Amino acid sequence: MAWTDVIFQYDGTFDGFLCCVFESYVHKEFPIAFQSDEECFVLALYSVRTVETISAHAQRVYRSLFKLSPTAVQIVRRGFLTCMQDKEQHLYALIQKLYQEGCSFLKNPADEVYYPVMKAIRHLNGELEKLRGFVRFSDYSGILGGEIQPKNRVLPLLRKHFCDRYANESFFLYDRAHHDLLLYSGGRSRIVTVDSLELHPPDEEELYYRKLWKRFFETVEIKERHNPRCQNSFLPNRYRNTMTEFMPESDEDSSLLPSPLHRLSSSSTDKM
Amino acid sequence: MDLLEKLTILTDAAKYDAACTSSGVHRGFQPGKIGNTTSSIAGCCHSFSGDGRCITLLKVLLSNCCAYDCKYCVNRRSNDTRRATFTPRELADLTIGFYRRNYIEGLFLSSGVLGNPDYTTEQMICALRILREEYRFNGYIHAKAIPGTSPELVQQLGLLADRLSVNIELPSQEGLQTLAPDKTKQAILRPMGFIRDQSAQNKEELVKYRHTPVFAPAGQSTQLIVGATKDTDRHILHLTQSLYDRYHLKRVFYSAYVPVVEHSLLPALDTAPPLLREHRLYQADWLLRFYGFRAEELLSEEQPDFNPLLDPKCNWAIGHLEQFPVEVMRADYEMLLRVPGIGPISAKRILSARRTSHLRFEDLKKLGVVVKRAQYFLTCYGQMPRGLRFSADTLQRQLEDIEQKRLPAQELQQLSLFDCVG
Repeated sequence: MAWTDVIFQYDGTFDGFLCCVFESYVHKEFPIAFQSDEECFVLALYSVRTVETISAHAQRVYRSLFKLSPTAVQIVRRGFLTCMQDKEQHLYALIQKLYQEGCSFLKNPADEVYYPVMKAIRHLNGELEKLRGFVRFSDYSGILGGEIQPKNRVLPLLRKHFCDRYANESFFLYDRAHHDLLLYSGGRSRIVTVDSLELHPPDEEELYYRKLWKRFFETVEIKERHNPRCQNSFLPNRYRNTMTEFMPESDEDSSLLPSPLHRLSSSSTDKM
Repeated sequence: MDLLEKLTILTDAAKYDAACTSSGVHRGFQPGKIGNTTSSIAGCCHSFSGDGRCITLLKVLLSNCCAYDCKYCVNRRSNDTRRATFTPRELADLTIGFYRRNYIEGLFLSSGVLGNPDYTTEQMICALRILREEYRFNGYIHAKAIPGTSPELVQQLGLLADRLSVNIELPSQEGLQTLAPDKTKQAILRPMGFIRDQSAQNKEELVKYRHTPVFAPAGQSTQLIVGATKDTDRHILHLTQSLYDRYHLKRVFYSAYVPVVEHSLLPALDTAPPLLREHRLYQADWLLRFYGFRAEELLSEEQPDFNPLLDPKCNWAIGHLEQFPVEVMRADYEMLLRVPGIGPISAKRILSARRTSHLRFEDLKKLGVVVKRAQYFLTCYGQMPRGLRFSADTLQRQLEDIEQKRLPAQELQQLSLFDCVG
C-alpha cells in the first residue's frame, strides 16, 4: 500500500512530535507538513491528521530510537529545541533514515539528511554557550531574576548550569521569546509557560552594582585597541538588550530591562 | 575614596594583563557552596569589551601602589598616578556581588608590590580566604604570584586559587635589565619552578589521599609583552616552547605593548600597539599546543619574524610543498592537522566521516574545513578540485589574497605604512 501525504497537527511538544512519528507509521501516512498552532490554515489539497499526545506512544518511539543509538536520541531531542525552519520535517526525515539504515550515517556530518539538523544544533550550541555567560541576573530583594531572548529554545539546556551555579539561591530566568519561565528554589526547579512577565524596578543596591559593573566594563577596555568589529562578532547586538552593561545609565525609574516590544520586531524576522 | 572610584583605578591599572580565561577546571556544584566552574573547554565569556577582548573574570589589582620601578608599567613607583588599595573584605564582597548576577566567572587578582612581595601576597591570601572559607565561593580564582614571594606563601595561595601565574613580562634578560631593574630572570623563574613542582607533588598525593587539598588545579600561565623590546618572533616562540616543555605551563599570553610611558628606552608614545604581530604569535602558539608543531619548524634564523601577510601555518605549508598534496581519504590525523584550513575538530570529523562515505570537496565544507585554503593542499581520490589553477610561484600570492580580506582595515593601513618606510 502506498503512503499518503497528510498534514499532521499536534500540540507542539516533543512527546507530541514523537506521537506524530508513531501515527505516521501506524497509518502509513507521510507528513507533508506539521502544524502546532491552534488556528491552522489548511490547504484543501491534503487531509489533516490531528494527533493526540499519548505518552505511551511517545515512549515507544523514544525507546525504539534509543535502542538504535543513544546519540540519535540526543540529536533528535536537541534538534527539536532548535529554531530550524521545518524542524519537524528534518527530524522526521532523520528518524525515517534511522529506521531504514541504522545509525551509521550519523558518523558523517556531511550526510544530506543529517547535515541540516547538525547545522541547526551547532547554532543552538553556540547560542547556549554564549548565553551561559551573557545572562544577567538582578537581585530582587534576595531573589535573583533574569531575562533572555534567544532564537533557539535554550532554557531547558541552561537549567542544569544555573541550578548548579546558584544552588543555594532562589532564582528565575524568563525566556521572553518562547514565554518559558525557569523557576528554582530550595534544590528544585521547573519550567512553566507564562504569557508575560512584569519585573519590579531594581532597588538601590541593585542599581549600584549595575553601575559598578558598567564602570568595570568600560574601564577594562584598552582604548588604543578599540575594535568594535571584533566586539560585534563575539557579542552580536541581539544579545545586548538584556545585558545591563549596555543599558543607558539608569537614574530614574526607566531602569527596568527594556520592554520586550523593544526588539522583538527586529529579531523575529532574521533567520538563523 | 568610595568603591566605585577604587574599582575604576584598580581596573584601569589591571587591564593590560592579557590573561582572562576560566579554563582548566571542571568543578560542578558542591553542597553548601556558591558557584561552579563551567564544563566547557574554553571557559566562559561573560562579555566583550570595546576592544573585542573577552571579559571572564573580575580583573583588578588589589593595590596599584608599587615599590618597583619597571619602565614599561603604568604602576611604577615614579609614575604620577592616583593610587588605591582594596581592603580584602571589599574585594570579596564585590566578587560575590558580581558573581551572583552572572557578570563574571570569578576573580583575577593581581597586585602592585605593596611594600614587599610577602606583605602583598598575605593581603591577597586574606581576600581569597574570605571568599573561599567565609562565603564558600566555589567559582574560579586566578591569582598572580608576585616574584620574590616566599615559597610558603605561594603554597598557601595555590591552595586557594585555581590558577597561578607569574608574568615574565619581557622576553629576554637584557630587556629585564634595562626596563625592569628590580626583576631578574631567576626571580621570575623560581616561583614558576616551585609551582610546577608543587603541582606535580600534589597530583601524587591526590592519588594516595583523596581529600588532599588541591593545589592550583588549573595549572599556571604567564604573559609576555610584545613590542617593548627588540626581541624577534623566533626568540619569543622558542621561549614559549621551552616554557611549555620545561614548566608545563597551560598557557602563554602575549600582550601587544601599549605605550603608556614616555621613556628613551621604549617605543614612542604614538606607536600603535603591534596587534597583528600579537595575533600571529597567538596563531603560532595554537600550532604548538594543538597542532603538533615545534617552534623550530615555524621560524628559522633566516626568517626570524612572521610574515604579516600570511598566517604561520600557510607560511609553513608553502615552505614544505614537497609534503603536499595530502589525500583526504588516507592521510593520518597528524598530517591532516598540518593542512591549512583544517583544524582539530574538522580533522576528527574527516576521520569519522570517511569510514562510512566517500568524501568530496563539497562535503569537506560541511565538515568545517576552510576549503578555499585547504584546496591547494588536498586531493580527494587523487583529484584536486576541477578548475583550480596555481603553481608553486603563484600560491603565496593567492593565499595572501584570501588572508587580506580577513585582516581589519586598520591593520592593513599599518602595514602599508611600514611598506612606505621600508
